[in-house]
Parts: sequence; C-alpha cells; structure tokens
Amino acid sequence: MSEPLARDVKGYLAGQARWHPLEIAFWLIALASIFLLTNKHLILTEIAIFALFALSLDLILGYSGILSLGHAAYFGFGAYVAGLLAKHGIIAEPVLALIVSGLAASVLGFVTSFLVLRGSDLTRLMVTLGVSLILMEIANQLDWLTGGADGLQGITIAPLLGIWEFDLFGHVAYTYSLIVLFVMFVIARRLVHSPFGLSLRSVKGNPLRAAAIGISVNARLVAIYTVAAGYAGIAGALLTQTTQFASLNGLSLERSADVLLALVLGGTGYLYGGLLGSIVFKLMQDYLAHITPQYWQFWIGLVLVILVLVGRERMGNWTAPVRGLLARVGRRSVPATDGR
Amino acid sequence: MLTILFDGIAYGMLLFVLACGLAVTLGLMNFVNLAHGAFAMAGGYITLVLVNRMGWPFFAALPIAFVATAAIGALFERTLYVHVYAKSHLDQVLFTIGLVFMSVAAVDYTMGSQQQYIQLPEALRGQIDVFGIGVGRYRLLIIAICGLLTVALQLILTRSRFGSRLRAAVDDPRVASGLGIHVGGVFAVTFAFGSGLAGLGGALGAEILGLDPIFPLKFMIYFLIVVTVGGTSSITGPFLASLLLGIGDVAGKYYVPKFGAFVIYTIMIVVLIWRPQGLFARGTSR
Repeated sequence: MSEPLARDVKGYLAGQARWHPLEIAFWLIALASIFLLTNKHLILTEIAIFALFALSLDLILGYSGILSLGHAAYFGFGAYVAGLLAKHGIIAEPVLALIVSGLAASVLGFVTSFLVLRGSDLTRLMVTLGVSLILMEIANQLDWLTGGADGLQGITIAPLLGIWEFDLFGHVAYTYSLIVLFVMFVIARRLVHSPFGLSLRSVKGNPLRAAAIGISVNARLVAIYTVAAGYAGIAGALLTQTTQFASLNGLSLERSADVLLALVLGGTGYLYGGLLGSIVFKLMQDYLAHITPQYWQFWIGLVLVILVLVGRERMGNWTAPVRGLLARVGRRSVPATDGR
Repeated sequence: MLTILFDGIAYGMLLFVLACGLAVTLGLMNFVNLAHGAFAMAGGYITLVLVNRMGWPFFAALPIAFVATAAIGALFERTLYVHVYAKSHLDQVLFTIGLVFMSVAAVDYTMGSQQQYIQLPEALRGQIDVFGIGVGRYRLLIIAICGLLTVALQLILTRSRFGSRLRAAVDDPRVASGLGIHVGGVFAVTFAFGSGLAGLGGALGAEILGLDPIFPLKFMIYFLIVVTVGGTSSITGPFLASLLLGIGDVAGKYYVPKFGAFVIYTIMIVVLIWRPQGLFARGTSR
C-alpha cells in the first residue's frame, strides 16, 4: 500500500472511531431524561433494556450477517440466571450478578455458535429457532427450578452496590439500566471500530474473500456470536433485576421477532440503529397495546409487511437526514449503511 | 409398539403434506416462507366453519379447503410475495413473520383463541383391528390420503411436462425463461398448489395437531426441520424426513413423556452435525 493511501485510510478509520458531537448530544439527552422525565421511567427502563438487546442482535446481524430467529434464547437465559442468583442469594449484589449472568449467557452462546456456523441462512434460521425452543422447553420442564409456565417468582433484588434500594417508581432501575446500556454501548463501539470489527464486516461482505486475505472466518463468527450472546444475557438479567420476575416469555419466538423488528426499524449495521429502533418500537407497542390490548400483534405484523414492501432502504432512510447532518458537521463522510 | 409406529407414520405423513409445499418454495425457489403455517391454519379453519357451522359433510369440505387455500395462496403470491422474491433473506423473514403475526391476530379476532376441533363423521371415529393391532380409523384415512398424494406428487414432478418445467425453472430461471418457459407463472402455480396442500394438511391435521390461532408459530419449527433435514433436491428427502420426525416425535412423547419434546430437536442437531446440507442433499450446495 502506498504511503499517502495508507495515511488516508488510517485517517478515515480514526475519524470513524472518533466521538461525534451528535452522539454526545444523544447521550446528554439520555442523561437529562433521568432528571426530567421522572414519571416516564418505567417505560424508559423497558426501552433501555430493549435497546441493549437490539444492540446485541445488531452485532451478529448488522455487523456479521448472521440471520437469527432465536436470539431471545440468550436473553431469556440471562434473565433466568440473574433471577436464580438473586432468589437463592448466591450472588446478592446486582452488578456482580449482572456480570455473571452475562458471562453465563456468553458461555451458552459459545457452545451453540458451532451449530450456527454450519449451513446457509435457512439452516441458521432453523438452528437459532431450535436452540431457543429447546431452552424454552427445558425451562418449562424444570419447574422445580424455574417455576415452569408460572415464571420465576419471589425474587428480591438486593440494593445496588449495597447502597441504592430499587424503588417502586423505577428511578434507580432506570438510572442503573441506562448506565449499563451506556457502558455496554461504549464497549461495542470500541469493538466494531477495532481491527476485529473491521474484519467482521469483511466477513459479512464476502466470507470467501475474507478467508483469502487471511481472516479465519469461523473463529471471528464464533467470537462475535459469543460476545453478542453475552450482551443479550446482560439485557435479560437487567429485565429480571428491574422487574423482579423472569418468565418463559423471555425465551419466546415473539421476543426474537420483536427485537428483529426493532433493529430493522432503526436500521441494521450501525450502532444507533438498535437504540433508535427500540425507542420507536416500544413507543409504538405501548400505543398499540393501549388501543387494542389483545390484537396489537396484527399491527406490528402490518408494519413489518409494509416495511419490506416499501423497501427497508427507503424506509430506513428516515435516519438519513441525521446522518447527512453528521457528515456535514463533522466534515467527514459517513458511509451509507445497508442491512445486507 | 406397532400402534406407536402406526401413529408416528400417520403423523409424519401429515407433516409431509403440510410441509411439502414449503419444501418447494423454500427449498427449490430459495424463498424463506415462514408464513406457510398460516395457509395450513386457513385450511383448517375453513373446514371447521364448513363442517361445524354450516353442516357440510367432512369429505366435501376437504376439497374446498384445498381449493380455497390454493386460491388464497395464488392471490398472495401474485400481489405480495412476487415483490419479495428478489430481496434478501432478512427481508423475506421479516415479511413472512409479519404475515404470521397478522394471521394469528386476525384468526384470534374472528374465531376466538381457544383450541377447536372439527366434528368427524361417525365412520371415522374409533379403532379397528388389523392383525391384532389397534388402528385408528382416522389415522388410517390420513395415511391413505397422504400416501396417494405423495405418489401423485412424485409422478407430477418427475413425469409430467409441468414437473420438468418446474425443475428447469428452479435450476436456472434465466435459461428456462430463454427456452420459453413462463417462470413466474410456473412459480405462481407451484406456490398456489403448495399452499393448497398445506390447507388440506391443516384440515386433515386439525384432529391430531389441534387448531388454534398460534398454529403457524407452533409448527414453524417442524416445517423448517422437515425441509432442512430432508434437503431440497427431491420430494423424497422431505418425505423421509417427515416420517423420521413423525415417528421420533410420537415415540418420544410416548416413552419419555417428560422429555418427549427434546427428541425432535436432538434429531435435528445430530443430523445437522452429521450432514449440514440435509440428509438427502445432492452433492453441491446451492
């Protein structure tokens, strides 16, 4: 590679990795919501947790091109681990329990990743769906441990770091979830802009060529799948800790589909896609469930169908003005990201 | 023991009729259609309404279920699916999942969420003894119908002009259309026929599988397993896979009720590790 070109590439990549004013603004707004939107903290907590879950799906779908229909497996697994840790007082302190739950989920992700590596998109769909269904069946059968179909009840969460008690209005829960989301986001951001993250994108673009330039495709996919499973596990654990409840619902196909929809609404392949998508999705769900408590799924389905028929590219471009602004303010181009 | 085998075969045959339409769209046309179960559900509910509410005889309702579901399939194919063929797998998954959600909510709204059963004619209830084995009459009927269908399908695919057109269109759409085959039309007919079969399967299977609004979600994994395990090269692959799955599932649920549901998943994982392209796939991957 010639000297100036190498410098250009280096400069471009460094520019991509730098924090942008709008990103900082986004997180400042999120920070402000802790103090300003105090009566909305319950739904905001849900959004933050869902955003973390969507972020984890983006890591495998948007950045690595693995199509999954069973990502809820790791979400639900993390939720149950956190619930059991708290219920039996094994690890009472929430933050530590959160980390342990995340690690447990990533171990599960590591083990199952070898199944996911095999075959085409179709096989992956079946395997990921199968894994989540197996877990659901296990959780259902082990009712002495998980409470079966009734869900895991009687969880009491110890004060955060031994200091802050979880309150009824969800103030502590929201602050906690938001901080976890931010920390995990920063890590993910670091990850996708690292050489490792770039190699993942090359794998997604063309596995054959990526292998030809010396990237061990399978090892990369196993690694990112493990990390993403850990992320999903932490999201699940957060849900258990903030709601003091874990249920089979956390493992269900509907949850996997919901998170896929949220991610696609926001746009795959860039980190804010999951976050923005979750906000839109949760608000929409809340609104629809308000009008038609029983049949809101119909409208969610309709949104999906329209989304595909109109075209995700065109629809996903509602973020384009923002990204255009990003490009102008920062005087560097943001490449158009595309879900494929 | 033999009764279980018999039930398993009936169950497997049923799965095959339900899933073989999917084997064609998903396997041959490379279109991920997760909404296939919705067509089966449509067939089931059409039969239910005809038999239970309007008092039609069961055997008259079956062909109607087939024709009506095929018509719905053709309508959807021409208006919606045709726009999604060329899109990515992610888009296809989103689109068909959306359809599933809509169908689930729509059926829940119109028919209620409880499980429903179709009233069978008196002649089909109970068991008869064949060489000392208790054989359910209804299951015997299923095996007869599904067996005939399988033979017919195999003959159509391998012997008829339409079958060779379909195989040509699947192997290489461009060359096929260059030879004057109307590829879009062939696909539309195939899709409609597959949906019709699913509808017929849903109508026949309501007694065994149960019929409720979440049917498409519940059996999605079964269909996927049949297609992926069976491979996509022929109709015999999915057929054998369905039988394997049916017998495995029935036997598992009978012998180890607590872990019966795991049997099919275990089969799936073992097959996948052993033969990632499916049990009966052709040598090259597509």
